[in-house]
Amino acid sequence: MSSTLVPEAQADQSGRTTQTVEIDSHAINFGPQHPAAHGVLRLVLEMDGEVVARADPHIGLLHRGTEKLIEYKTYMQAMPYFDRLDYVSPMAEEHAFALAQEKLLGLEVPERGQWIRTLFCEITRILNHLLNVTTYALDVGALTPSLWGFERREELMEFYEAASGARLHANYFRPGGVDRDLPAGLEDRIAAWMAGFPAWLDDLEGLLTRNRIWRQRTVDIGRFTPEEALAWGFSGPCLRASGIAWDLRRAQPYDKYNELEFAIPVGRNGDCYDRYLVRIAEMRESVKICNQCLEKMRPGPVKVQDHKITPPARADAKRSMEALIHHFKLFTEGYHVPRGATYTAVESPKGEFGVYLVADGTNKPYRCKIRATGFAHLQAIDALARGHMLADVVAIVGSLDLVFGEVDR
Amino acid sequence: MFWQDVTTLSLTVLEALAILVPVLLCVAYATYAERRVLAAMQSRKGPNVVGAFGLMQPFADAAKMLLKETIIPAGANRALFLAGPMLTFILAMVAWAVIPVNNHWAVADINVGILYLFAISSLGVYGIIIAGWASNSKYAFLGALRSAAQMVSYEVSMGFVIVCVLLCVGSLNLNDIVLAQKTIWFCVPLFPMFVIFFISTLAETGRAPFDLPEGESEIVAGFFVEYSSMSFGLFFLGEYANMFLMSSLTTILFLGGWLSPLPFAPFTWVPGPIWFLLKVFLCIFMFFWVRATFPRYRYDQLMRLGWKVFLPISLFWLVLTASFLFAFHLLPHKLA
Repeated sequence: MSSTLVPEAQADQSGRTTQTVEIDSHAINFGPQHPAAHGVLRLVLEMDGEVVARADPHIGLLHRGTEKLIEYKTYMQAMPYFDRLDYVSPMAEEHAFALAQEKLLGLEVPERGQWIRTLFCEITRILNHLLNVTTYALDVGALTPSLWGFERREELMEFYEAASGARLHANYFRPGGVDRDLPAGLEDRIAAWMAGFPAWLDDLEGLLTRNRIWRQRTVDIGRFTPEEALAWGFSGPCLRASGIAWDLRRAQPYDKYNELEFAIPVGRNGDCYDRYLVRIAEMRESVKICNQCLEKMRPGPVKVQDHKITPPARADAKRSMEALIHHFKLFTEGYHVPRGATYTAVESPKGEFGVYLVADGTNKPYRCKIRATGFAHLQAIDALARGHMLADVVAIVGSLDLVFGEVDR
Repeated sequence: MFWQDVTTLSLTVLEALAILVPVLLCVAYATYAERRVLAAMQSRKGPNVVGAFGLMQPFADAAKMLLKETIIPAGANRALFLAGPMLTFILAMVAWAVIPVNNHWAVADINVGILYLFAISSLGVYGIIIAGWASNSKYAFLGALRSAAQMVSYEVSMGFVIVCVLLCVGSLNLNDIVLAQKTIWFCVPLFPMFVIFFISTLAETGRAPFDLPEGESEIVAGFFVEYSSMSFGLFFLGEYANMFLMSSLTTILFLGGWLSPLPFAPFTWVPGPIWFLLKVFLCIFMFFWVRATFPRYRYDQLMRLGWKVFLPISLFWLVLTASFLFAFHLLPHKLA
């Protein structure tokens, strides 16, 4: 079990190394094929018995070269890559890329398009937090929440499917709006779901929030002060759990967030328990936001009517020569984005998700750097886990909400 | 003389089979029941395809286990690696010799039945340690260490709980323990002990929320991570048989064994073994229920609970029971 290392080889007078130090620790390969590794996390844990002496995250097992691939695709073709980054909250990622392009193109999205995007961003937030909270509970040993949660998630994915045609990789947001309008009746279905959800959330909380074992496992585990959280580049629920009320939806509102009323839940201790509480509270806020979106939504166009950027209606392309040309040009060459650079960030469910987009005036991005939220959270794992026990590492990984599609890109 | 020996031997074998076959059948269906109960609590369906209502599922599982290849890791100690699951399974079976399912219905109605049970269940930890050590894997080793520490800690408080019951009975014979509960089941006067005993049995059998030895999300499957096919199956059977054993022990010590809950007509018509089984099933259901509800304890928290909470409480209650019985001259005559 103990590994023999030669850390401080001391040279004696003859110049040979003589001393071999036996270190009483052993390394554990936590992942990449580990039930609690959330995908392909590989943690090399140096253990002192059950206590973690050092946690060394290894990344890159899911690296697909997304950023480079995007440079070789037209802007329109690049959009689906964003679904595949953080595959737990696809539309939030699309949103960042769409907003970045809109900034460079100088587009103003029609009202209804903005409302739909805001609505689906919040549905995405619930989707993401549901998965995180319940699988986090699963990692800590509670089996039931995850199965309850997946049922609710399935219903939300049906809304995704109704709007975009796909359950997971939606590819729904576009620069200038969304791909198509919501089907008839979907708004009512979403409203009905939102009405029932808080009661279900109470049930879920009944299993966890005041559960002694759950609290013993999460309170004071992986604690970060506000200063530490900032220094490690935390954002989103993980940052707010430490007590900093920083939320891009409030700090630099995009789409319709400045017309909505919602609270920003903040934790106090910055431990695993607070990160859980913040996510639960955020789900409740998301329900309020969705309800407001549904109320304020009016019929109208869902994307800009400039057919240099958004495709014309399919029927028009059969009759109008101009529409046919637009259609053809858009789906072969794509649209050209004027020269410029922008860093555009959104409050994705996991935190600040940013796109640094450099356009050189052609139909393909010159560079598209993605600021992945989970990457910043993962780097703190050593600081969070050191001195805790093996079982706490699992809780910490769960509470940080890591998704490797995004971390590895 | 010879024929007498043969008769005794065949009778003993028959007796053993008479208890082991139902036990194994119960164990097989416990796996099915657990999945169905958990499924119901988690709003899903559970096994429902093999046979009517999925009732043939346990046999399908058994067939699968038997047909698979037993993989022995290259670095493992072969003999011990195979001995581990066998030991676990055999010990889980052997313990049933003293369990009475009705008045004097035990294979061996010995006068130190409870000591025998306690000894056998303590030996169970060897199977796990041997398996964890022989696998030559870090996860298995950690699991074995955890399990050893856990079983030892909870046996201490369990011992005190049992002593508490014995004080009220004045006998180590399981049959006498049940008969002593004719007026009132021990779960009423000794309620705190009953709770501690039930929680300790959860820990003793390594069930949620004390399933640290196999801690799915931390050490993957713990001590049996390297096992496959029937050697894995034996651990599985052993775990469930132990669950039944501990539930039977709870039934005998606290729930009045085969006695009917109300000592008058319609209830006394039901035969004793049926009552016994019903009570055992109730305990088993509690095992499932707990598993569906609670997260898992951490290793040090489990130790703290065992040594700093259960041990003092059970010790205190033991002294309290003893003083009470002594002060009011209620000590059973055998002790007085």
